[in-house]
Amino acid sequence: MEQSEKSVQELKAELSKHGVFTTTFEEIYNWGRKNSVWPLTFGLACCAIEMIATTMARYDLARFGAEVFRASPRQADLIIVSGTVTKKMAPMVVRLYNQMPEPKYVISMGACAISGGPFRDGYNVLKGIDRYIPVDVHIPGCPPRPEALLDAFMTLQKKISEQQLTGEARPRHLKEDLPSEFTVPKYGEHGLEPPVNEEVWNPLKVLQ
Amino acid sequence: MSAETINTEKVKAAIEAAVRGCRVEILPNGSPSGQHSLILDNEHAVEAALFLRDNPELRLDYCSDVAGVDWLDKEVTEKVKVWKLVDGAEKEVEETRKSVTPGYLEAVYHLFSMEKKHGPVVLRLRTQDRGEGARVPSLTPVWRSAEFQEREAFDLYGIVFEGHPDLRRILMWDELKDHPMRKDYVAPPDEDEPAGAVAQEGGR
Repeated sequence: MEQSEKSVQELKAELSKHGVFTTTFEEIYNWGRKNSVWPLTFGLACCAIEMIATTMARYDLARFGAEVFRASPRQADLIIVSGTVTKKMAPMVVRLYNQMPEPKYVISMGACAISGGPFRDGYNVLKGIDRYIPVDVHIPGCPPRPEALLDAFMTLQKKISEQQLTGEARPRHLKEDLPSEFTVPKYGEHGLEPPVNEEVWNPLKVLQ
Repeated sequence: MSAETINTEKVKAAIEAAVRGCRVEILPNGSPSGQHSLILDNEHAVEAALFLRDNPELRLDYCSDVAGVDWLDKEVTEKVKVWKLVDGAEKEVEETRKSVTPGYLEAVYHLFSMEKKHGPVVLRLRTQDRGEGARVPSLTPVWRSAEFQEREAFDLYGIVFEGHPDLRRILMWDELKDHPMRKDYVAPPDEDEPAGAVAQEGGR
C-alpha cells in the first residue's frame, strides 16, 4: 500500500515535469477546503484579542484563506474557542457548534479552553471544552501568541488535507451513524448536567 | 487621596442619638489604617443608613462597595479548673470544655462622601445564622449603587437582602442551589480528571 502510494507520487511528479497535471478528487476537494476555512466570529476572553491580532496585517491569517470571519455559525467551518469557557457560557458554545454545518472543526485556544487553566479549581469555569465537543487542535499558552494560533491553523490544514473520503478512516461527518450534534449541557442544581459528554471526552489516564 | 478619616466613635454616638433604640457596636481594626467598622442592628439599619446619608455633617452619599463574609461555626475549647470529689477528697481538676459559637454571614458596606470628601465609614450587618436566618435588611433603597453588589452577595453567599427591589442571582444561573463563596462549599466531585495525570492511554 505504502509502496504503491509512493510510486503514484513518483509518477505524478514525473508527469508534472512533462506538463501533465494529475490529481484525485479527494486531493482537490481537501485542497479546496483547507484553503478556505472560515472561522466563526466568536471570542470569549483575552485569547480572543490574540485571535484578532492574528487576523490583522502583521500576522495576516488571510494568507491561509481564513480571513472571512463569519458572523453566523451557518456560514462557518471552524470555531476557535478562544478563552475561558464559564459553566454559564458552555451551553451556548455547544449550541453554536451544533448550528455549524458539516464539515466543521474546533481549535481550542489557550490554557482555559483546553483545561480550565488558572481557574481550574474554581466553581464557575468549565475544565476544558473537549468535555462537550470534539476538539481538533489544542493550543497551550496563556494567551498563546499569534504564531501559536497560526501553527494550530497549519496543523488543522494538514489534518484536513489528509482526510479520506472513503474507508474506515473517513472523518466523523462522513459516517452517517455518528452524530453531528452534541448534547447541550443544562444548568443543574450543583453544576452542569451532564458534567461531561461521554461520547466525546477521553480523559487522561494515569499509566503505571 | 487625602480623604479625611472619620472618627468612628463620633459616628456611633451620632447614630445612637439620632436613631432611637439603635444598637451600634464598634469592631476595631488593628491595622495602621484604623478603619474601624460599625455593626448595626438589623431592625434599625435602614434608618441609620438614611441618617448617615442625609446628615449634613456626614453626607455619606456614596456606597463604593458591598462585600460578603462567611463566618463558620467556631468550636471554642477552654480549660477550666473545677473542684471535684476524687477518691473522697475534694481536689482541683482541670477540665476542658467545648462550646460552639454559631456562625453567621456578614454584609460589609464601604461609604464615602463625595460632597464632604471624607470616608470611608464601614458598616457591617450580621445575619442570625447561616441557614434560614441568613437575612439582613437591604440598603439598596438608600444607596442605589448597592443593588448589583447585594445581588452578588446573595448569589455567592446566600445572604437574603430584605427589601431589595430585584433579588435574583447575578453571576451564577438561577437553577443553582449552592452558594459557591461559602467556606463550606464543595465543588461537584465527578468532574475532575485524576490528579497528576501525565500519561495518556489510547488516542484522543
